[in-house]
Amino acid sequence: MNSFHFIDRRKNPKGKSLGNRQRFLKRAKSQIKDAVNKSLRDRSLKDLDKGEKITIPTKSTKEPRFRLDPETGERQWVNPGNKQFSEGDRLKKPPKGGGRGRGKDASDSGDAEDSFQFTLTQDEFLDIFFEDLELPNLVKRSLKEIKSTAYKRAGITVAGSPTNLNLVRTMRNAHGRRLALGRPSTKEMNALKERLFELERNYSPSEEEIAEKKAILIRLEEMEARRRWAPYIDPLDVRYNAFEPSPVKTTAAVMFCLMDVSGSMGEREKDLAKRFYMLLYLFLKRRYEQVEVVFIRHTHHAEEVDEETFFYSRQSGGTVVSTALEKMLEVQKDRFPAGEWNIYVAQASDGYTQGGDAKRCVELLSDDVMPIVQYYAYIEILDERELEVFSDADTGAELWRAYRSFAPQFRHFAQTRIARPQDIFPVFRELFAKGSKEAA
Amino acid sequence: MTLIAEKPSLLFSDSEWDFEKLKSAYDAIEDIALSDLGLDVYPNQIEIIATEQMLDAYSSHGMPLMYKHWSFGKHFARDQMMYQKGFQGLAYEIVINSSPCIAYLMEENTMTMQALVMAHASFGHNHFFKNNYLFRQWTDAEGILTYLDFAKKYISKCEDEYGAEDVEQILDAAHALMDQGVFRYQRPPRLSEADMLAKIAARAEHERESFNDIWRTLPNTHEPDEDAEERQEAVRNIKLPEENLLYFIEKASPILKPWQREIVRIVRNISQYFYPQKQTKVMNEGCATFVHHYIMNELYSRGRINEGAMMEFMHSHSSVVFQPDFDDPRYSGINPYALGFAMMEDIRRMCEAPTPEDREWFPQLNGADWREVLKDAWANYRDESFILQYLSPKIMRDFALFALADDAEDSHVEISSIHDERGFRNVRETLASMYDLGAHEPNIQVMSANLEGDRLLTLRHTVHDGRKLDRKTMEDVLWHVHRLWGHEVKLEEKAA
Repeated sequence: MNSFHFIDRRKNPKGKSLGNRQRFLKRAKSQIKDAVNKSLRDRSLKDLDKGEKITIPTKSTKEPRFRLDPETGERQWVNPGNKQFSEGDRLKKPPKGGGRGRGKDASDSGDAEDSFQFTLTQDEFLDIFFEDLELPNLVKRSLKEIKSTAYKRAGITVAGSPTNLNLVRTMRNAHGRRLALGRPSTKEMNALKERLFELERNYSPSEEEIAEKKAILIRLEEMEARRRWAPYIDPLDVRYNAFEPSPVKTTAAVMFCLMDVSGSMGEREKDLAKRFYMLLYLFLKRRYEQVEVVFIRHTHHAEEVDEETFFYSRQSGGTVVSTALEKMLEVQKDRFPAGEWNIYVAQASDGYTQGGDAKRCVELLSDDVMPIVQYYAYIEILDERELEVFSDADTGAELWRAYRSFAPQFRHFAQTRIARPQDIFPVFRELFAKGSKEAA
Repeated sequence: MTLIAEKPSLLFSDSEWDFEKLKSAYDAIEDIALSDLGLDVYPNQIEIIATEQMLDAYSSHGMPLMYKHWSFGKHFARDQMMYQKGFQGLAYEIVINSSPCIAYLMEENTMTMQALVMAHASFGHNHFFKNNYLFRQWTDAEGILTYLDFAKKYISKCEDEYGAEDVEQILDAAHALMDQGVFRYQRPPRLSEADMLAKIAARAEHERESFNDIWRTLPNTHEPDEDAEERQEAVRNIKLPEENLLYFIEKASPILKPWQREIVRIVRNISQYFYPQKQTKVMNEGCATFVHHYIMNELYSRGRINEGAMMEFMHSHSSVVFQPDFDDPRYSGINPYALGFAMMEDIRRMCEAPTPEDREWFPQLNGADWREVLKDAWANYRDESFILQYLSPKIMRDFALFALADDAEDSHVEISSIHDERGFRNVRETLASMYDLGAHEPNIQVMSANLEGDRLLTLRHTVHDGRKLDRKTMEDVLWHVHRLWGHEVKLEEKAA
């Protein structure tokens, strides 16, 4: 009979092919990037927590082999399932390029595919999407001594908490010490004890055996004693992993998200604005772990809210946009001194505000806000009808026109419009593309 | 009383499996395989794996150990997609031609499926691997796992040392020539023995240790003298034309560094290892399917499995051997499982109960022992010769096979013969020729290489039946050849 065995490999580490996948993604990078951007056009933000199926051309990932051209020469092959054909029948060939598998060859060389479809995980997808985006003008790096600390490994110590016990070091020390002090091993003792039992089973021992028995007893006692003063593990052996707090350098940056939730913004507009901020928030969380985000929403008065409220609560009222700017300045003065923080603002609104308020906004912006911020992005949410009306960049709602008049003074001010969900991703990319907004 | 005691017990009665049941099923299957069918197998090793691991194994030629390359990642991504969308089921098993013979069972399989897979892979394929002349002569079942282990480590070390991109370039180029990287007519040298591999690894280690940045600026670090000489000798011994492009390039390329030659050799060896499998798809699958079918039926008739298990087995067996007609949307060529299984069942039928037609076509089978006939076929044929020898009129009728002839110049395809008295022989010959790799893989050989002068490498494609190379892929491949050769490469096409 042959010997054989079963091996349960289910617990083996998964993802053996991860290295291959990374190599593949790297290989097809530029095409995957194109595909990601393309797929974003008709993708809703809600889907961002899912992976994405993308199709890339096989160009950069083709694996060419020599093969025969099915369009040349003479070929013979066999098919199964004849129904009505007789020998000598002649069948018209399907037009070139059309039709399914032309016999064996066509189906064998199935590599003729022109595009390749597969699924990216959410992480891979977002990484690729955010890859060449950045917060512009992140310059005031060293202005603020950040107090944040992280614990780093700092060697081995003799004192510490049990959770940090370094088992390997401890056991190694113990082993060395046991060797040096000649601690008798359990195995050795067991061997002696066994011999002893053997001798004791003998009812009529010889002289020699009695002597041996005595010697063993003495030896065992010695060993016991030795084991008592050379214990298996001694407090001397114990070592702990040491951790030391060390300061972590971070760039101090804050992003203010100002959103209009007034009555003039319809559900659709609010939804668009929320989606935009959702994307912004994801981007910041992913790429700039240390960035502070302040959420401010406003109707005829503004308030600072938490993330949850900002994205999910419903509220309505009149519209005074300047209140949001005032609130923002208030929070900024209070917590984010301009000298120490890189400040960013993203504002979303439908562009309508109380009569005269646009002027107030512009004043606030040019006098107080623009001088202290690194970058200000204004996103106007339109409905589709309006988009046609305002196809020209110079025309627009009140706020748009007002901002338009002073925008040229500031290179770190950007204004743009979103009318459809599919605008969000391109606009986002446009606003945060690397190198597009160099410091003035 | 004794009757009850002798009544054999069921191996299992529900679909859940556990190791206890696997073990007893294995023993029962082994008993039938060895003492009834008289199979001769390598020791078996059976591994239980999860779905994702199956996909992993899939994407790298089904091998448990493989070096890293993006193309495997691509295949994985595609297979995963197909699987998740439900376009493609996973194979129930993967089996590796090695000793011990490793078979993978998926954890999701039911107990019946596990039994089927064990019979199919661990005995059917295993017997075929161990006995078929192609595998015996051309592959090295004992050495393959050691070799793959070496290859994987060697390539990952090269990546560390020379950069993943440089390694990738060589692998890409070598992969493009994989089909032209086999010896077809002469026995390939055995895979390097373990001590040889150790030598190579040690040499790489030595190179690394003695690496000194100062010398890097010197032109052309020379390979160790003994190797260079050995290689020159080998180049002089190659008689042109040479069919194995990878072999020739590995030995004679003017620009490859020693580690690059080693990588080319690894790809060549792996290609050679798979060459017999390409020539025996019908026989290999037919053998495994015949064996599992026989064993499962035998288990049932011995009362070791119940009706439920038998029904489940029949269901999956019949989908494995399903052959759609040519005009069916599901058609994608002739199913090797279907053809192989049908032919082998037919051989048994012709031995046991031949019709007058069979007596005329296969007088030698009349009254022969079907076990011996099949074992002889499994050992001594490949697809092409097996079909030529054993495809019977009955199978041609059952499959309704018909042969077509096509000339690219012609606007029509002609039905050259069908499954009737006049057509049997032509259909059989045509079908057999479809399994002749020589007729489907372009015949490309190295004609000359000017090693002293301009180093021009000349390849020739010998054209059969006017079938030329596909231009687009040809250019892509030649670009890779150029990368390996470093100098001009020319490819000519000549009619035979």
